[in-house]
Amino acid sequence: MNFSLARASLIAEADLVGIAGERAVCDPRGVLYFPEFKLLAVSDLHLEKGSSLARRGALIPPYDTGATLLRLQAVIADYQPSVVISLGDSFHDGGGAERMHQSFRERLDALIAGRQWFWVAGNHDPEAPADLPGETVRELAIGSLLFRHEPSKVRVEGEISGHLHPCARIVQQGRSVRRRCFAGDGGRMIMPAFGAYTGSLNVLDRAYAGLFRLETLMAYMLGAQRVFPISGSMLRPG
Amino acid sequence: MLQRSPFVPIFLGDCPPSRYLSGVTVEPRLADQNAAVALPEPFLRWFGEKGWSPRAHQIELLAKAQAGQSVLLIAPTGAGKTLAGFLPSLTELAVRPKRKPGAARRGIHTLYISPLKALAVDIERNLGKPVEEIGLPVTIETRTGDTPSHKRQRQKLAPPDILLTTPEQLALLIAAGDAKRFFEDLRYVVLDELHSLVTSKRGHLLALGLARLRSFVPGLQTIGLSATVAEPDELRRWLVSQNPPRGVASSEMAELIVVTGGAKPDISILDSEERVPWAGHSARYATPEIYREIKRHKTTLLFVNTRSQAELLFQELWRVNEDTLPIALHHGSLDVAQRRRVEKAMGENALRAIVATSTLDLGIDWGDVDLVVHVGAPKGASRLAQRIGRANHRMDEPSKAILIPANRFEVLECRAALDANYLGAQDTPPLVNGGLDVLAQHVLGCACGAPFRADDLYEEVRAAAPYAGLDRPTFDRVVDFVATGGYALKNYERYARIRLNKDGFWRVSNPRVAQQYRLNVGTIIEVPALNVRYVKAGSKGSASRGGSVLGKIEEAFLETLTHGDTFMFAGKVLRFEGIRENECFVSNAPGSDAKVPYYGGGKFPLSTYLAEQVRIMLDDPQRWKKLPEQVADWLRFQSDKSMLPRRDDLLIETFPRGNRHYLVAYPFEGRLAHQTLGMLLTRRLDRAGARPLGFVATDYALAIWSLGDMGAMFKARKPSLGALFDQDMLGDDLEAWLADSWLLKRTFRNCALISGLIEKRHPGQEKSGRQVTVSTDLIYDVLRSHEPDHILLQATRADAATGLLDVSRLADMLSRIQGRIMHKALEQISPLAVPIMLEIGKMPVNGEADETLLMDAATLVEEAMGPGMVDE
Repeated sequence: MNFSLARASLIAEADLVGIAGERAVCDPRGVLYFPEFKLLAVSDLHLEKGSSLARRGALIPPYDTGATLLRLQAVIADYQPSVVISLGDSFHDGGGAERMHQSFRERLDALIAGRQWFWVAGNHDPEAPADLPGETVRELAIGSLLFRHEPSKVRVEGEISGHLHPCARIVQQGRSVRRRCFAGDGGRMIMPAFGAYTGSLNVLDRAYAGLFRLETLMAYMLGAQRVFPISGSMLRPG
Repeated sequence: MLQRSPFVPIFLGDCPPSRYLSGVTVEPRLADQNAAVALPEPFLRWFGEKGWSPRAHQIELLAKAQAGQSVLLIAPTGAGKTLAGFLPSLTELAVRPKRKPGAARRGIHTLYISPLKALAVDIERNLGKPVEEIGLPVTIETRTGDTPSHKRQRQKLAPPDILLTTPEQLALLIAAGDAKRFFEDLRYVVLDELHSLVTSKRGHLLALGLARLRSFVPGLQTIGLSATVAEPDELRRWLVSQNPPRGVASSEMAELIVVTGGAKPDISILDSEERVPWAGHSARYATPEIYREIKRHKTTLLFVNTRSQAELLFQELWRVNEDTLPIALHHGSLDVAQRRRVEKAMGENALRAIVATSTLDLGIDWGDVDLVVHVGAPKGASRLAQRIGRANHRMDEPSKAILIPANRFEVLECRAALDANYLGAQDTPPLVNGGLDVLAQHVLGCACGAPFRADDLYEEVRAAAPYAGLDRPTFDRVVDFVATGGYALKNYERYARIRLNKDGFWRVSNPRVAQQYRLNVGTIIEVPALNVRYVKAGSKGSASRGGSVLGKIEEAFLETLTHGDTFMFAGKVLRFEGIRENECFVSNAPGSDAKVPYYGGGKFPLSTYLAEQVRIMLDDPQRWKKLPEQVADWLRFQSDKSMLPRRDDLLIETFPRGNRHYLVAYPFEGRLAHQTLGMLLTRRLDRAGARPLGFVATDYALAIWSLGDMGAMFKARKPSLGALFDQDMLGDDLEAWLADSWLLKRTFRNCALISGLIEKRHPGQEKSGRQVTVSTDLIYDVLRSHEPDHILLQATRADAATGLLDVSRLADMLSRIQGRIMHKALEQISPLAVPIMLEIGKMPVNGEADETLLMDAATLVEEAMGPGMVDE
């Protein structure tokens, strides 16, 4: 493989996680990168969530879209992917793309330019984002992988999804630590939400029932500099 | 006597009037003369029938009120404060001409505001009886969160003469469209327990509410009732307008009446036959001696500082309760029904002892308490005096109290507090500037009531003492925040909650805004807590849901439990069965040993005054004679092995132990300030290459441990201690640390909720604490990086500086100790350092070691499974 210097330094062999035979980097910033396909996946951007809530009276700071795009820009600059998949719920609601400030719109256009960009349809944004470049798809198969927004109840090996906003919690020395995480069992993977205002749901919640092989479940909890792989047996609900 | 007559404990008592007046500074005859002048006939007849006479301060207050003045009455418990507060209203109402048939219904005459719902209910009972006996045509009603809506509606149409309520209810009344009309007949506002109201954000909201009432009724008079405070003038200003409109005569401060006196309390420190422990907070060693005192007295009130101490002491007492004396438990987490039962039994004198936290601090009347036991250090001289005032409601009989220090430092603190109480020293905290988050809530409330002009509201707000110094640009930013969030990126104009119309008035943009405001009014933020419910052992709560609710426990504590863990709550040892939705299921635990619950609330920091008293005592071996022998010995050992901290110096000890190096500092500035200092010093030591590993803080001291030899570094002046403790740490270092501090995030959450950025409750649904926590943390991160000088972050930093971080106190300390740091490089641990060294490992080190914990957990996985397994 032919990595640029920047990318090579980011990827150590030990940091690679296997999903249905493919290998990916679980980046602590919450994106998945598949070196083989030069493919970067990011899920649940929930752009314009701030303005969506403001419409209903909660005037929370209107900086989430900017913050999310800035972080996305940084990971794209690091990995220089040829393909980017936004795994659904890219906008918090159907009107989000239209409400987006012009400057953010331009920043997004610049990110998309020069690479293949897929918008996977999500439950918050089932329609294609209004006149944005990139292709809108319901799901996408690449190699042995299948990218879709919601994890399927019927098990599909190689499925990469989002939607549930997984987080995990451990208790160490009487202290509780909760972090967003990638949740995977070697066969399928659920990605953490990337958006600045997105909440999270514990992987042991009922909403995940039946999705994972519990004996091989791992939560890759997001740290400041790295991800921490924690086996399912150590996780706590709540 | 079982049911005491309502006025007996707080007013006259059942002893002859002459004895009563002995504790009052004014001559009895003078009081009688005044009484003839000021009291209407029915009152005099009633006093005559009872064979009583009014007290001097009651008459004095009446005279001042009749002269049109607002008054602050400072008096100890048992001085008849409540009647004094209501006399001006009652006498005025007594002579008020009858309403002519067909004339308009009269509005509220007197508003009484207390910090506790229960207190309002108590007063309704206590005031009702004499009103009936005197035959006054006066109606009295309460209005609290528990008042049914039909009664509230009726109160709006037919208001009582005297309305007894809470600060939150006042805010709601003000935000109603008919507020101005509703209050147009208002004459007096009586503020009970004012000393406790003014120190919190509730006090800020109340001050703003009062300012609003004053602009409805410019001639309004206030009467504040307070326990003794350090700075009465602060309260006197609080009671009157600080910005009276032109043409309205007004004094800068309310009139002051101080009732000194009562007999000197009889306080002692338990001189235990047992060894006083080095550290810890349980005071378990003294249980048998406490029990002996309970047996010797009729009713004992036992105060502790935290709810977990209350649980523990209660368990310990029942362990030795061979005579099965009725001993009860009372704290804020217990189920309300349970608390009411205890209070009722207490009022009926059916209990021999009650273990209580600060929930019983305020002036509700109890039965015949003849002993107060204070377990653990009192943390403040005024607090101690108020708690001891619980015993014996007759001013001229001495209250009796015993202090039980839980460890050796607390012996020093108890001694200092005791001396202070004898000297009458006061260390109630100084009042702080009004919170901007509270102001934001009030501005929206005003708009919900009626359209306002910014110029007018600004002048009105500055009439409230906490906001007297508010500058106009800040006020305008708050209004902007209420309207559109106040962001530099003007994105939300179209979603504005209030709008400026062409006529110059701000109006609520739609009725939904007012509806949401009413649901979220108030400044009390509850820590997320779950109901604790009984189930059968092992049932995980899935089957039976019929068990009773014991109370509420903070979610943060429950999160650290696993199935089968045991803990103490509601006086029982319980087994944790699991969490389901908003409830925590528990069963009876077979054993009697338990993990003690940790509660977020209820830890007071050591007051500055008391800290100084402790330092003075340490510096003066003459005063050690008053200390128990074992404690004096401890100090002498310290003197031999190291040195004692001098009154105005800061003692720093360094010593090696195991393969680590320790630094112990003794600033005596309280746990919060020490915690902040610990964070900042660790950062600096890290930069200096000392490789610090952690720190721990108590009320008295701070210990830091490191891999590097800090003692040697200080000797080589790399860095010097002067540089290490330089005040400049409060600049960049503080900013940098604060950036990610969970303390600041928690403070931000409160500000966001109070200011209305995030709703506590939304029509039709209640957000769980967790959802709110997550989102405010995220909002905080985003806001801080994009608009660091936003008004809400400004409010957060101001709060943190006085609250969780106690930065202001730390700043005072750093300036005090400049050039006065004493360094002792020791070969081994000193006697004075033992208590804090024992705390290491018992307390969570700080809130920011998450990454380390994750690393530990991840390493465990790698060890157990090997790296290959993790990847594949």
